[in-house]
Amino acid sequence: MTLKASEISVGDTFEEVLVEDLKRTQLVMYSGTSGDYNPLHTDDVYCREAAGYPGVFAHGMLTMGMTGRVVTNAFGAANVKKYGVRFTNQVWPGDDLTGKAVIEAIREEGGETLVDLAITTTNQKGDVVVMGNATGRVDP
Amino acid sequence: MADEKTMTFPVEATHIMMFRRSIGDFSVPDTGMEDTAAPPTFPQAVAQFDPDYFLRIKPGEAWFGSGKNPSGVEGKPASSGGLHAEQHFEFERPVVPGDVLSAVTKAGKTWEKESKRAGKLMFSERITEYRDQNGELVCTARGVGVKTERPVDQG
Repeated sequence: MTLKASEISVGDTFEEVLVEDLKRTQLVMYSGTSGDYNPLHTDDVYCREAAGYPGVFAHGMLTMGMTGRVVTNAFGAANVKKYGVRFTNQVWPGDDLTGKAVIEAIREEGGETLVDLAITTTNQKGDVVVMGNATGRVDP
Repeated sequence: MADEKTMTFPVEATHIMMFRRSIGDFSVPDTGMEDTAAPPTFPQAVAQFDPDYFLRIKPGEAWFGSGKNPSGVEGKPASSGGLHAEQHFEFERPVVPGDVLSAVTKAGKTWEKESKRAGKLMFSERITEYRDQNGELVCTARGVGVKTERPVDQG
């Protein structure tokens, strides 16, 4: 259900479990669909022996994509006007991620009703892995 | 990387379907037949249509990945590679199946910073504008990449 301006207030918060026990196979899937075949995301041997990482880790864009579900569930994909994040920590296989959105503003602009969201995604340890903002159109 | 380049990105419903699956988005029927807007991070999949994309296999060139040796690329430093620091999308309208987007990407600002966890950080910005068949702007993407002096300390 997408948001309606008449049913929400500034400060309202909603959360969504984005993934539990993130699998390496999902990293492979995301490589395939995005075209980002960086071996840091698919190849444990490369990570450990050539790159100096303990193993594969998620594409930032996979975490941003999963987090984007919080945004598209709020607005519908067709109504997203802005979505941006900073990547603050790496995401690893086995991680549980929860996305959270806080309504920062409900405003009128150019004849449209817009909602600004502050977005954070945290892992099972409570570390923030991405944080950002989104703006979308909502029904009055 | 060239300072500016243009890519042609044909947007197909099945590609959007596979992209949705890979980010765990099952909010629309999963058939590849839906004429629905792409998720907001989908424009990044223009990489599939970038002829010079260094993270995709090319005929006759060594390819990253472990095989007989851990890196697959002889003679290149096994650097920690580039990481993604920021990504922003701004939409004039949604990306939908049937769009044939022309994506022009340009280098933006560059800057450096010291960090405790990965040594010197070298940031660089890229701006990509996606226009439709009529030349109308659909989306502007701004990405910030970071090259680290050494792998990010996990301690």
